[in-house]
Amino acid sequence: MNDTLLVSTRKGLFEVRHHASGWSVDRASFIGDNVTLALTDVRDGSWYAAIDHGHFGAKLHRSEDDGASWVEVGVPEYPPKPKDEDLQADGRSIPWALQVIWALEPGGADRPGELWAGTIPGGLFRSRDRGETWELVESLWRHPERRRWFGGGADYPGIHSVLVDPRDSARVLVGVSCGGVWETTDDGETWTVRAEGMRANFMPPDQAGDPVIQDPHRVVACPVDFDRLWAQHHCGIWRSEDGARTWVEVEEAGPSTFGFAVAVHPRDPDTAYFVPGISDQRRVPVDGRMVVTRTRDGGRSFDVLRKGLPQDHAYDIVYRHALDIDQSGQRLALGSTTGNLWITEDAGDSFVNISAHLPPIYAVHFVPTRC
Amino acid sequence: MPTVHFTANLQRHVACPTTTVEGATVGEVLAAVFDQNPRLRGYVLDEQGAVRKHMNVFVDGQQIRDRVGLGDAVTPASEIYVIQALSGG
Repeated sequence: MNDTLLVSTRKGLFEVRHHASGWSVDRASFIGDNVTLALTDVRDGSWYAAIDHGHFGAKLHRSEDDGASWVEVGVPEYPPKPKDEDLQADGRSIPWALQVIWALEPGGADRPGELWAGTIPGGLFRSRDRGETWELVESLWRHPERRRWFGGGADYPGIHSVLVDPRDSARVLVGVSCGGVWETTDDGETWTVRAEGMRANFMPPDQAGDPVIQDPHRVVACPVDFDRLWAQHHCGIWRSEDGARTWVEVEEAGPSTFGFAVAVHPRDPDTAYFVPGISDQRRVPVDGRMVVTRTRDGGRSFDVLRKGLPQDHAYDIVYRHALDIDQSGQRLALGSTTGNLWITEDAGDSFVNISAHLPPIYAVHFVPTRC
Repeated sequence: MPTVHFTANLQRHVACPTTTVEGATVGEVLAAVFDQNPRLRGYVLDEQGAVRKHMNVFVDGQQIRDRVGLGDAVTPASEIYVIQALSGG
């Protein structure tokens, strides 16, 4: 099991550790700063923290000593905006400037030092030197269909999910709000949209099936069966069994299929977890009761897990990066916009509240150990 | 030479003492500062060279007009303040 959890919040990065006596918040870093994401790289032991300073822009820091000290490294930077820029399909211009680092993932095991970053306003970036320098993946940025992407919950589109195929580091999937799911099989040379079967009921009916305007909130794949994917979408839950080529909707999942986060078991592609809210128009738990939903049969049925979660006037929402499962598949952590942090040690059967007064939580991340 | 002051809130993230540098425009002055302190650039300007959305630059009491091209003129006696805009919270 993984004994260390990094909690990225509106006002700092918190390190939560498991001890014989239980879990405790052992260290706070970047106090007062907006930490949007944290990543630890099991290949070389580096830790990364993405920070949005607001006034001063987005920054990235790296630690070589398990979070004891941090140094600022490079950030994804967009190239000079051409004067004859192609406008978005809606006639608007978007800034060629980093707004938020919205996804951060290590490259394949055979590519030490390689990192991927998804950003708002929609650029995918790659670093080959542990974040010191970054290059825009021009093939996706200049793809004609990229101009049809649009913001979902933000002014501009963004890449929130980057999935590197453990069988082939040149195959990468990215999830875009709003822009569907995109796949490269040639290390980023070419890209194909992979959102067939998804449905966007926020569009006119004849465009609801357009793959390029889908809003997957989060996309994950089972590490040992990478063709089995799950997506928590703006309009429900979808799964794929063919490497994202086609998606099938899961129409029933406990109290609601709306939410942001999804986690899949590290070895069982049929087991996945979600944190439902009422709907996009009312982003709170159904009936004020906080629950996690779990399927163990590929989405045919769901358990509604509530033991240890508040069942009275709870208005917590768990954002897309704020649900994580550890390498054992037994421990999950979820953090809410209200500053609640819960951990389960028994695959969701019961939860313990670790803190009820953290700042708004954006992301939780179990520090993996080398297998 | 013009003098450039930076908001104290920026000092927490990157050293940026008050400095005097050559330059006839805001862009020239800031470029001279960033030559000495490259990491500071990304805290004040975005990658297109424009003043960040929630930052402000004042020259002798006047907010600059050219936030993209940084073409506002400065004199050798100018006092330039790089500060946060309250719009950014």
